[in-house]
Amino acid sequence: MATATHGAEELAKAEAGMPQLDFATFPNQIFWLLVTLVVIYFVLSKIALPRISTVLAERSGTIMNDISAAEELKLKAKEAEEAYNAALAEAKAQAQQIANETRATIQADLDAATAKADAEISAKAAESAKAIAEIRDGAMDSVKDVAKETAKELVAAMGASADARTITAAITARMKG
Amino acid sequence: MATEAHGSESSLVFHPMDQFKVTPLFGEGPVHWYTITNVTLWMAITVLAVILLLVVGSRGRAIVPSKGQSIAELAYGFVYKMIEDVTGKDAVKYFPYVMTLFIFIVFSNMLGLLPLSFTTTSHIAVTGVLAVLVFLFVTILGFVKNGSKFLALFWVSSAPMAVRPLLAVIELISYFVRPVSHSIRLAGNMMAGHAVIKVFAGFAAIAAISPVSIVAITAMYGLEVLVAFIQAYVFTILTCVYLKDALHPVH
Repeated sequence: MATATHGAEELAKAEAGMPQLDFATFPNQIFWLLVTLVVIYFVLSKIALPRISTVLAERSGTIMNDISAAEELKLKAKEAEEAYNAALAEAKAQAQQIANETRATIQADLDAATAKADAEISAKAAESAKAIAEIRDGAMDSVKDVAKETAKELVAAMGASADARTITAAITARMKG
Repeated sequence: MATEAHGSESSLVFHPMDQFKVTPLFGEGPVHWYTITNVTLWMAITVLAVILLLVVGSRGRAIVPSKGQSIAELAYGFVYKMIEDVTGKDAVKYFPYVMTLFIFIVFSNMLGLLPLSFTTTSHIAVTGVLAVLVFLFVTILGFVKNGSKFLALFWVSSAPMAVRPLLAVIELISYFVRPVSHSIRLAGNMMAGHAVIKVFAGFAAIAAISPVSIVAITAMYGLEVLVAFIQAYVFTILTCVYLKDALHPVH
């Protein structure tokens, strides 16, 4: 009875004590720990760590490349801006020149046209003057003819006859007078 | 008889240490070294979690990382920077070993915080093996790299000649105490936190105290999440410090 109680007490004590100090479980824990560590070590050193280190290296490489590319592009943009400004100035100058040239050409054309028009106008004026003179002359002749005819008719109506020569001479003399 | 005794006690029965028991997963019986126990189960889950984060998480190999890949890269960068800063650039080749330690401890600690889980790192057998592995690795590496010059670690050349032998004894003792403190720090922290949470949980059986108990458990849990990470960090950074002593044993 005494031994049984003693045994029970010891059992209770063991249960209340620290399982950490139960040396019977040590080989089990150590064995599985070593297995675990070896597995983790191989997983890490063969797969995970090389992969992550590659990714990190790639990333820093990409970032470096991007930064240098950005620098390059910035430089290019600056160059392009300068080229643009130069082209703009040149174009402005050219436009100015073209405008001046055009203005000069137009002025010359205008002058020529004006001169030509003036010449034409004076020619036309002379022609017109001549035509007017002709018309006036024609009118004089017509007046002479009409007077001759009228005189002839008048003479005939008054019952006398006169030859054409006499009448013409009379009319010419009258008209001159 | 013992169980009867427990059953007849009041409702306030604490078994804060029961969570640390190593039991066979299938059936009853003695725990042999090869028996599949809850230790096996939770270590396997740790391995799966590590694979999930570091292998599955990084499978995209994206320049712009996904969430999982970001965390994997963060863990990588954290330990890499630690070993680079503490130990030096020449120690980077030991990075996989340090990373294995860190990732195992941090995952075991965090998984141990899940309700009903088993915390492998709360056992001195586990942390002791980890610490002894580090101790042996560092000591052997120190002698291989530096030969007898490694003993300069114990010979404080900056101290007066008279006290050097005394200091050498102290240094030697502190060197051999390293694995003990290294392992007990981690196991003790994990065990204490889990036990305290369990004790608070025991108090929840009393209706009047249960709200306080729940608040206390919540607060302790938050603290334990912090401790779980910090202890993994401390273990790793101490490993880096010991590694530095092995590579550059100048005192």
